[in-house]
Amino acid sequence: MSENMKPVPLPRRYFTPTVIVIAVIAAVGLLFVLARLIFGIGAVTNLSNEFPWGIWIGIDVAAGVALAAGGFTTAALGHIMHKEEYHLITRPALLTAMLGYTFVAVSVGIDLGRYYYIWHPLIMWNGNSALFEVGMCVMIYLTVLYIEFLPIVTERFIGRVNLPGFFKRFNVSLDKLLRALDRGLDKTMFIFIIAGVVLSCLHQSSLGTLMIIAGPKMHPLWQTPILPLLFLLSAMSVGFPMVIFESYLTSKSFGLKPETNIMANLGSMVAPLLGIYLSFKLGDMVIRQTFVYLTEFNTASVMFVIEIVIGVVVPLRLFLSPQIQKSPMGLSIAAFLVIFGVFLNRMNNFIVAYNPPYVFQSYFPSIGEISVTAGFIALEILLFRAFVMIFPIVSVPQHSGTKAKFSIRSV
Amino acid sequence: MINESRRKFLKTSALIGAGITGLSTKSVKAEPKYVLDENRMGVLIDTTVCIGCRKCEWACKTAHDLPTQPIESYDDRTVFEKMRRPDAKALTVVNEYPPKETDQFPINVKVQCMHCDKPACVSACIVGAFSKEENGSVIWDTDKCIGCRYCMVACPFQIPAFEFEKAWHPDIRKCDFCFDRTKEGKLPACVEICPMEVLTYGTRKSLIERAHQKISLYPDRYIKHIYGEFEVGGTSWLYLASKDFHELQFPKLGTNTAPGVSEAIQHGIFAYFVPPVALYALLGGVMWINKKKAESNKNKEVHHE
Repeated sequence: MSENMKPVPLPRRYFTPTVIVIAVIAAVGLLFVLARLIFGIGAVTNLSNEFPWGIWIGIDVAAGVALAAGGFTTAALGHIMHKEEYHLITRPALLTAMLGYTFVAVSVGIDLGRYYYIWHPLIMWNGNSALFEVGMCVMIYLTVLYIEFLPIVTERFIGRVNLPGFFKRFNVSLDKLLRALDRGLDKTMFIFIIAGVVLSCLHQSSLGTLMIIAGPKMHPLWQTPILPLLFLLSAMSVGFPMVIFESYLTSKSFGLKPETNIMANLGSMVAPLLGIYLSFKLGDMVIRQTFVYLTEFNTASVMFVIEIVIGVVVPLRLFLSPQIQKSPMGLSIAAFLVIFGVFLNRMNNFIVAYNPPYVFQSYFPSIGEISVTAGFIALEILLFRAFVMIFPIVSVPQHSGTKAKFSIRSV
Repeated sequence: MINESRRKFLKTSALIGAGITGLSTKSVKAEPKYVLDENRMGVLIDTTVCIGCRKCEWACKTAHDLPTQPIESYDDRTVFEKMRRPDAKALTVVNEYPPKETDQFPINVKVQCMHCDKPACVSACIVGAFSKEENGSVIWDTDKCIGCRYCMVACPFQIPAFEFEKAWHPDIRKCDFCFDRTKEGKLPACVEICPMEVLTYGTRKSLIERAHQKISLYPDRYIKHIYGEFEVGGTSWLYLASKDFHELQFPKLGTNTAPGVSEAIQHGIFAYFVPPVALYALLGGVMWINKKKAESNKNKEVHHE
């Protein structure tokens, strides 16, 4: 290794034309959030007594949790399997997970009829409820993610604490506090890293248990007792594709050289994971003989085929191809297909498959619901960009001997 | 056994939690109750007698302080043109199914919460706001509810309704088996008002006996099926009918309890917290071994240099 990779903040001009477009989408979303708070859920969404859950749960929460799986999969690879070469990607993955879960929590809050009672599950327990388990795990895991992120904050500010005006007198003590925090975290971090992986396995699978109680209301193509296992396996297989795709976008956006080696190594691990997921999914279909529903031509069967073929089979084939493994572009396309497949799977499970006995009007998300979902994704991207510019997240090559804080190479 | 000790554990934990936050024990009392009382009450609905007068709808609204039109307006039979479902403003509704042949009568079916013996809503509710009471009713504690609507997703009969139009403090509403009235020894409002004695209030056991008697006494009048006797593990409200329940838009449900599979998985994953703790220990071990290995590799490299 001739170059020494080190995470550094990447100061840039924040607003580019793309960023401005994303900011507008975020602003529109926030307006609809405001409307929901003032006029109620009924005024903004197409939810009804027939369809109590819509895309705010199916996409923002279910797909959001799944697509934040990069956090725990890279933590397992980098820290638990102790593969040091992957340490450069753990920080971006951690940031994605932290922002992702934060917005999962915010989305739940918006969707709750009484968002101001969101703390109730902390003291009012129901161990029978899968939702209680998901709720508790997500709350604890979110805390763990913030703790895991703290060392990045201390690294950024130790020796650089510079409060303005009146607060100047606290500079020294704050710096001491940060150093003490850093030392303490350094010694105890392994506890939180393992906890993060365990909590992720628990709630990723429990998210699958969630719809089992809906029983015959859910289309048999998706309703199966092994839903928790399928959810866990698909979350595990979408973790690395998320990291690959994001790393590609970040390198494009900030004009850095893509981490071809690491991306290829990560890519080589995706195919086995996807293969396991696919075999369980198809095995389940054969055992329960639900393939008979594929002969019908309707939304459910079409969505199921798209989910399996475009979201699992095609990327599985792509990740096995040597040419794809060599090209960052090809890897990102294959990674995107996996992300699309898991995204569609969560949406299918929570929305498409949900077919209650009495339907007066089938559900399609309203403009308000779509705007809020798009707005939250936009906000996440904006915050990611801001964090990458402020904190040492993305690793760039450090040439020994250069005094410059970082160097950037164009693609 | 497992369930019981688990409940005990949860109860103590909840008590500790309540103690810490200085809450009254009132919130703890509404823990889901899974001990079914032998003499829990129920209602037998004989759909062959119902004339669709909808007096029960009026009585229900009046008993639950819901806005209602004067009782005379309920004679309007045009409402039967469309199927209706209970919602947050009407906890029970009557639907009419026109006869297939001209010499037959239409069939009227009253719809409300079935008050399951093993209710999905009680199992699903994230804060345990729902409970199955000794007298058979499934009620909910509005002070706990956070409005997540998981009960609506879980209910096999599609009963709980939500006040979507409310921006502040929306409620989940459903039939509560007139819990406040029966406590005082009164009949449920709909049972009391019914002029045709369609509804019979009694212990579930006696109602099932009576229903079987009716079926054997009048085999031409009833089909041999009491809806609710075995559906989703049994319900407190039971139906008799002259034709297949599926034709009257009753959901076709198995005899397994609605929360059975989901609870088995939940308790499997969390059996005394053993699986999560074991996973934690396993990962910790793997992490330690890998770290040692990496360190010894590093030392070797240093020696070679």
